[in-house]
Amino acid sequence: MADPTVPGTEPETVPGTDPDHLLEPPRPDVEVSEGVEAAAQAEDTSVHGVPEVPPMPRPVFIARVVIGAALAFAALYAPYYFQEDMNKVLAQALYLAVAAMGLNLLTGFNGQVSIGHGAFFGVGAFTTAILMVDHGWMFEPTILVSALLTGLFGLLVGFPALRVRGLYLALVTLGLAVAFPAVAKRFVHGSGGVALVRPPRSEFGSLIDGVDDDQWKYAVCLVAVVLLFWAARNLVQSRTGRAMVAVRDQEIAATTVGVNLAATKVWTFGLSAAYAGVAGSLSVMVEGFADATNPIIYFQRSIEFLVAMTIGGAATILGPLVGALLVVLLRRNTSDLIEGKEVLSPALFGAALIAIVYVLPDGVVGGVKRLLARLGRRETSQRAQVGAPNT
Amino acid sequence: MQLFVSQLLNGIGSGVVYGSIALALVLIFRVTGILNFAQGEMALFSTYVTWKLTEQDIPVAWAIVLSMAVAFVAGAVIERVLIRPVEEARSPLNVVIVTLGLFLAINSLVQLVFGTDPHSMDSPFPTGRFELFSSGGDAIEVQKQTVGLIVVLIAECVLLWLLLQRTRLGLRLRAVASNPDSSRLMGINAGAMLMVGWGLAAAIGAVAGSLVASAPGQAGFDSSLMQGILVYAFAAAALGGFDSLMGAVVGGLVVGVANALTIQYVGALDGIEVLLPLGLILAVLLVRPNGLFGRTTVERV
Repeated sequence: MADPTVPGTEPETVPGTDPDHLLEPPRPDVEVSEGVEAAAQAEDTSVHGVPEVPPMPRPVFIARVVIGAALAFAALYAPYYFQEDMNKVLAQALYLAVAAMGLNLLTGFNGQVSIGHGAFFGVGAFTTAILMVDHGWMFEPTILVSALLTGLFGLLVGFPALRVRGLYLALVTLGLAVAFPAVAKRFVHGSGGVALVRPPRSEFGSLIDGVDDDQWKYAVCLVAVVLLFWAARNLVQSRTGRAMVAVRDQEIAATTVGVNLAATKVWTFGLSAAYAGVAGSLSVMVEGFADATNPIIYFQRSIEFLVAMTIGGAATILGPLVGALLVVLLRRNTSDLIEGKEVLSPALFGAALIAIVYVLPDGVVGGVKRLLARLGRRETSQRAQVGAPNT
Repeated sequence: MQLFVSQLLNGIGSGVVYGSIALALVLIFRVTGILNFAQGEMALFSTYVTWKLTEQDIPVAWAIVLSMAVAFVAGAVIERVLIRPVEEARSPLNVVIVTLGLFLAINSLVQLVFGTDPHSMDSPFPTGRFELFSSGGDAIEVQKQTVGLIVVLIAECVLLWLLLQRTRLGLRLRAVASNPDSSRLMGINAGAMLMVGWGLAAAIGAVAGSLVASAPGQAGFDSSLMQGILVYAFAAAALGGFDSLMGAVVGGLVVGVANALTIQYVGALDGIEVLLPLGLILAVLLVRPNGLFGRTTVERV
């Protein structure tokens, strides 16, 4: 990187054109902190990709509190405002966000690309379904079991992933997603084939009680999202998080400053898989079943996670949530947009994806960050002119 | 023995198909450094074009040639219009998202334009079998279809090799692949080369798709034709090494044969045969992380 304190220079960053670095994750924050923008926030000396906490001006702090409170209120009030079907859609977006955050920890922050998270999602879904259907468990403990199980499974996959990387890692993990339905088909026998149907809400216990079925789904997913996103935020701001980003940006340099490469990568893989597993558990609650009849369903899931992460903004904290909302809402709204031409809805969805990538190359959250940085720059440069009368 | 050989030949038959799609994937990867998830659906579209042409009483072989031409143009246009603007942002994940969007869009456009009913068409190859070897009652036979597929694949490889290694166009393609900026300085129209690369890959996909759809064993095809094949083609490309045309073909054959033999002989994997080729790929990649024929790369800090 060029010296970020020199305004007006355009540092020559040309990441990822070499074929061996294909599928290297984007580095949205690099652009933001380039040149002039960086001069405006000259105190920003943190590692790229890690949201830093600069001393916050008072109006920004107040704005944050107000926006945060409004969002929290909206999130809590939503299930009472919307109808049943919309609550289900929101719950779908929330569990998708959990999985996308898992992938974001691995791909966005640690640089390992996986198209196999659908398999972890599936393991989580079947773990919860089996425990509840065959063993009559209440809901919440099954989340812990599937997080542990998928975490272990993720660690197992993480070891070979040390050797295979980039494109090849993406394809090996793709194999995982393709193989999972076949394995599930072989060993799981639910009612009417492979699908395991969860019992109705009245027949199992849960910590959240006394609300309607659809509101319960939403509430459970919301709690999971809040807890897991908070944990992810703290993680990436910690020493471990900085190690993850360092490994993503330059492995060899990271080892020379004492980062344990293997441990960082394997543990990140495990943690990321656990997130996907929790999302799988939640999906059983929202959809009502764990299914493996469609041989490429978990491949499609993996793609969904990747899309949600990328269009929301990779290597950001809010990105996966925004992306998941966009994906779910886009799909819902494109499915009945054209009367009588339902076959076209995937085309519209695909076109929307392409359009988003066109307009916002670093995702929605990345785009907003860039916009804010630009506004901030204008303000600071004005202030600098006023505040520096004599040279 | 007889059973073994016939399963082997079956495996080669499907392996050839995986190999040719993998060839198209590798070609695009070599020239542009992109993993094209839409490759299978581009081939699907061309297959429907071939089918539509045969409906107009054009012989299958000519229909395939025409459809290759259509696919070449379409591939080049896709590169110019959809891929390049995103690629210029130099974010590989975004290019992946665009190819995934294409995957969905082409698939549903095919259903819209050509309908959702399954279709069937004649094979360009004669039906029947060649007898390879017979002793007493046992005879080892090979379907003419399989032989035809192998011949086509070999022809594709030879032509591609000649194009890339023995023509000025091929030289330019390789120059752009190895260093786009320098080749521009040398006066090569890099953009045009990228379009040619995509066009060629689409044309190869057109052949593979049309041949799969017209195979005698194929009871008819619909818009899900290429999805299973694409996964195996990815596997084949990963096995062979993503930057080797030769590797794609070998990878395809290995995956096809391994799959066919597992189905026949490994009863314990009944229903989960897919694990064997995947395990194989993992094993190969653990020993050679860049595939069987891939180049190893040196990373500089």
